[in-house]
Amino acid sequence: MSHKFMPHSDKEIKEMLDVIGVASIDDLYSDVPEEVMFTREYNIPSAMSEIELRKHFKELAEKNKSLTIFAGGGAYDHYSPSVIPHILSRSEFYTAYTPYQPEISQGTLQYIFEYQSMITELTGLEATNASMYDGATAAAEAMFMMVASAKKKNRVLISATVGEKIRKVVETYTRFHGIELTVIPEKDGATDLDSLYAELEKGDVAGALLPTPNKYGIIEDFKGVSDKIHEKKAYFAIYADPSSLAVLKTPAQWGADVACGDGQTLGMPLTFGGPYLGFISCNKSMIRKIPGRIVGATTDADGKRAFVLTLQAREQHIRREKATSNICSNQSLMALYATIYVSLLGDKGLKEVNELACDGAHYLYDRLIESKKFHAVYNKPFLKEFVVSSDLDMKKVNEYLLKNGIMGPLLLEDGKVEFAVTEKRSKEEIDRLVKLMLEA
Amino acid sequence: MKTYDKIIFELSKEGRQGYSLPKNEYKKNSLNALPKELMREKPAELPEVSELDVVRHFTNLSSKNFGVDTGFYPLGSCTMKYNPKINEELCVLPEFTSLHPLQDEESVQGALELYWNLQNMLSEIAGLEEFTLNPYAGAHGELTGLMVMKKYHESRGDKKRTKVIVPDSAHGTNPASAMVAGLEVVEVKSKPNGSIDVEDLKPLLDDTVAGIMMTNPNTLGMFETEINDIAKLVHDAGGLLYYDGANLNPLLGKVRPGDMGFDIMHINLHKTFSTPHGGGGPGSGPVGVAAHLVKHLPNPRVVKDENGKFHIEASDDSLGSISTFLGNFGVMIRAYAYILSLGKENIKNVGPLATLNANYIKESLKDDYLLPIEGVCKHEFVFDGLKDKSTEVTTLNVAKRLLDYGFHAPTIYFPLLFHESMMIEPTETESKDTLDEFIDVMHKIAKEAKETPEVVKEAPNNTIVRKLDETTAAKNPILTFKALKESQQ
Repeated sequence: MSHKFMPHSDKEIKEMLDVIGVASIDDLYSDVPEEVMFTREYNIPSAMSEIELRKHFKELAEKNKSLTIFAGGGAYDHYSPSVIPHILSRSEFYTAYTPYQPEISQGTLQYIFEYQSMITELTGLEATNASMYDGATAAAEAMFMMVASAKKKNRVLISATVGEKIRKVVETYTRFHGIELTVIPEKDGATDLDSLYAELEKGDVAGALLPTPNKYGIIEDFKGVSDKIHEKKAYFAIYADPSSLAVLKTPAQWGADVACGDGQTLGMPLTFGGPYLGFISCNKSMIRKIPGRIVGATTDADGKRAFVLTLQAREQHIRREKATSNICSNQSLMALYATIYVSLLGDKGLKEVNELACDGAHYLYDRLIESKKFHAVYNKPFLKEFVVSSDLDMKKVNEYLLKNGIMGPLLLEDGKVEFAVTEKRSKEEIDRLVKLMLEA
Repeated sequence: MKTYDKIIFELSKEGRQGYSLPKNEYKKNSLNALPKELMREKPAELPEVSELDVVRHFTNLSSKNFGVDTGFYPLGSCTMKYNPKINEELCVLPEFTSLHPLQDEESVQGALELYWNLQNMLSEIAGLEEFTLNPYAGAHGELTGLMVMKKYHESRGDKKRTKVIVPDSAHGTNPASAMVAGLEVVEVKSKPNGSIDVEDLKPLLDDTVAGIMMTNPNTLGMFETEINDIAKLVHDAGGLLYYDGANLNPLLGKVRPGDMGFDIMHINLHKTFSTPHGGGGPGSGPVGVAAHLVKHLPNPRVVKDENGKFHIEASDDSLGSISTFLGNFGVMIRAYAYILSLGKENIKNVGPLATLNANYIKESLKDDYLLPIEGVCKHEFVFDGLKDKSTEVTTLNVAKRLLDYGFHAPTIYFPLLFHESMMIEPTETESKDTLDEFIDVMHKIAKEAKETPEVVKEAPNNTIVRKLDETTAAKNPILTFKALKESQQ
């Protein structure tokens, strides 16, 4: 029965069975009704050695294409410093469990505390949890938080300018949970604030979730929004890109009570959609409604500084069906990823990343408009992602780009397309993109 | 560096930097051209540190952690098996990590093939029709599974089925997931041996029941021997059976949830299929269903056409989306590599050897520790603290003393059925030598409890930090570096 992952020799198995007092391992299953016993072999492949496994993976890998990426839509091709995978590969981090035994988990607990500190600093709010699965589920849980905080109100609002994939998840969560969700329409590529205010007037709104930058890459202007929402005793949540918060007005400055979003932009590899992380920040008044894990600072018996999971009275293993959420984990290793990334870049590096991406995006935008084959759609400020319309057959153009190793823009409705540029794209790559599109 | 005690912010020196970026070739300054009222006023106060500062800081932090690679981790219900290194090598292949989730299908055929192969292997191992790999974690899988359950009843126009039956011994996530899915929880009692009380179940089964959530083996590590009767009763009442895959490991090679009558289940890839727990995540919680429920699985789904090409699809019968893209793909890569490393010849031994290990520890320790339920267990079992209660040494004391001896503690004070629960799960990847060392230490602690109880009660004594003040931490939460600095002023 021996295999490199299962170290039992036949002799040892015999000795162990003797201690237990049974004749065979099968006897340990004598309580299982015969009808449900599985008696054949699984219909799955035979064992592969490492050599064969590497070959198999090479074959799979060859069926994928690594591209020069000019699209976003919720996942962005940002620069990832070399240091990060080296630290993440320390098995003291990645083979540890949730830090239930704080005395031997100070490494995990401290980096989560540092992560919370950094995200809180970026959002400008007062607290952040230990991370969520992704931006979409963080947005859904932000809705739950607002409903739990605004007593006896069961309706939440979401802007149509929140990314479609995010909205779909929020829609699923609220529908099943029994919360009414109303979509606030968009106007000229941004949230239609008049519609928002009209919905608020009805007096039954627990909270509203608005994005910036939004699904078109537009930086929305929330001037006056928080007063209007708070007047109606509702809560204000902003869906934000944490990387952009080094330069854009923070959710706290906009007067938001909650901030949420996806941490992928903090240098995480695209990895076909995950793992990334979701974040939720809020002010102290809402901290007991926040889902998931939170780490706090404390001292040990000798007065030494230490860290521990705290405010656990909200959580499922204590509160069961009365918990704030069913989440009982976090994307811990990805929180470590974000922590190392922000440590390396600091405020200055994050600003530089935004500058490069913003300049690159505007450079591409200008080249496209100059070409006369692309046209402005929204006359609104953007950071690294933007929408233009095109006279070209963009489906065909994208196929041509793909042949040339490029992921072209996302195709939206009515001939509109959406490009994203990060600091990883050089001027030369942008020039080549434009040239290829025009010759396609 | 056991004495290292800096927070990254405390290393900050103005002007230091830990990154390098290309020179800006655009000469545009477009950030400055954005409207001032949309821009941040006060800069974020983040650390300014060098690359070496960062490397040393986090390396030092790692030395304050205990992982499966450090030592034995007998954490009940968490299946802390060895995380194979080849998986870590394969999951960082650039042809996978560089893939954008919205790339043209043609350019991600290898990734989709892996997803599709893994969902099929899980279907075979579980005895169910089809899996989605989108859920991000076990609890997320539970939520997704319960949404499938609710959607199924609703799609038949049966809207009064709003209750889910959950045993009192269940993991806390079960009732919490039901709450999030908008279902009402009804608790069914356990018999003294920890199994579901079928007589208590019967009167609960009316036409308002959507289904039952079960863990089999249950949280006491005991197989629910009346599973056939329970399945029939629930199905006859129009309900569905949900299988909590947290305890799937002992069944590998021996029993398939689908064959026991379960309609829906989730699998924790980070438990049964060896992917690392990562200090709390990322995990992955694929959900499998019987044939009549396939159409309700979440969007998007990966399908294979008759030409062998893979596609990403969405359907209207689906319960909707529960993830932005296709889940934690990086975790799936590892689970897939694990299943192929074992193959059909070895995976069938996982359950039996995990069960052998658990029974061996149980039998070796039951003279010193109180075994509330006799009989063969599966992958884990529960002691109700030390047998000799006169020492007043608690389960918490024993757990903390284990840390002094270089072992991780078992799961403690769960399940709630006993006052001093101590739940031990060794997994199949541990050798007899390791188990013997653990058994020796557990005997030694029992002896200490009699002879020098104060030593056990004060434990841990030689860990990096000692007993923590958790009460103050919860009363006056200090959750950021800024708050910490303010609290010290």
